[in-house]
Amino acid sequence: MDGNYMDIMIKVGMADLNTAIYPNALTTLGLGSCVGVVLYDPVKKIGGMAHVMLPDSTKIRNNENKAKFADTAIDLLLSNMLKLGASKERLIAKMAGGAQMFVLKTELDFMNVGKRNVEASKQKLKELSIPLKAEDTGLNYGRTIEFYTENGELVIKAVGRSITVI
Amino acid sequence: MDDYSIGDIQYDVLKEVGNIGAGNAATALAQLLQTKVDMSVPKVELLDIENISSILGGEELIVAGIYLTLDGDINGSVMFLLNKDSAHKLVNQLMGLTGDTGEEFTEMEFSALQEIGNIISGAYLASLSALTNLKIQQSIPYLCIDMAGAILDVPAVEFGTQGDKALFIQTRFGDQESMEGYFFLIPDLKSYDKILKSLGF
Repeated sequence: MDGNYMDIMIKVGMADLNTAIYPNALTTLGLGSCVGVVLYDPVKKIGGMAHVMLPDSTKIRNNENKAKFADTAIDLLLSNMLKLGASKERLIAKMAGGAQMFVLKTELDFMNVGKRNVEASKQKLKELSIPLKAEDTGLNYGRTIEFYTENGELVIKAVGRSITVI
Repeated sequence: MDDYSIGDIQYDVLKEVGNIGAGNAATALAQLLQTKVDMSVPKVELLDIENISSILGGEELIVAGIYLTLDGDINGSVMFLLNKDSAHKLVNQLMGLTGDTGEEFTEMEFSALQEIGNIISGAYLASLSALTNLKIQQSIPYLCIDMAGAILDVPAVEFGTQGDKALFIQTRFGDQESMEGYFFLIPDLKSYDKILKSLGF
């Protein structure tokens, strides 16, 4: 490839998902209680990212937007990646986010939506037999993530913290 | 009401609710700071959930968010958002400090910000309560300084469990020194009905 090509950073919005093939990359900004789940085929260098907002589509009446829920978002992301030629057997997953921005005194554990998003995403990955290779989840701060299809690195940026790569 | 489908009249009513609440809150803020505080005509906006995180001008903008939950006749929450510079200015003015503002907030500044949020929200809610005759209890103020996108996940999730739209009553505060703050009233669906009904709509 010549030096003129530009790799594109594809932005994934809240309750949305997208895929990218090398040299393109994926990013989502300011994850709070939302979870960024990424899938990666290291051979084909195909990556996918979902910005999950809620854990469970079956508990919500208005659930048309599949990308919004952990269960349906990961299914849809997987199917989009398979269409691009990724192999399910090779896929690995990483995730970041699921923070609790305001730790409310009256809040019970089951109300912590960030934690529930992380658990639901893990559950879904387990069902699909996709191994979770790394995660940076929980705590009480926001995260911006960038996912590189070249090597499957997930870069995590947060306010006042050094950059982490998982 | 199944979703946040509202007509022109409801829009105007909610705008007026926002106006009166914010007027009271601006007065409280002006007294606290002993300065003049301007406020904008409130915006009532029905937003797609995916756009919530960028309403303040970018997901990665660092803001101070003060969040209180509501209980009683009205359920939901209120959120007061300030960009980081404004938060520093506000605290300095309140505490009579001048000069260089550090990057980080000290514990004292943190606590002062919470109190500012408490007073502003209290004034806003008191007028809403008087107007509608509804009882509203507010929680203690919770403060978080982080990326706007991450903080706005909180209202986004609350609306997200009900649909793909969020209804915000938004008011901008500011003073001569271009300090900007946004106040959001985020009642749940039933509470919207109650507010409108109590006002005869």
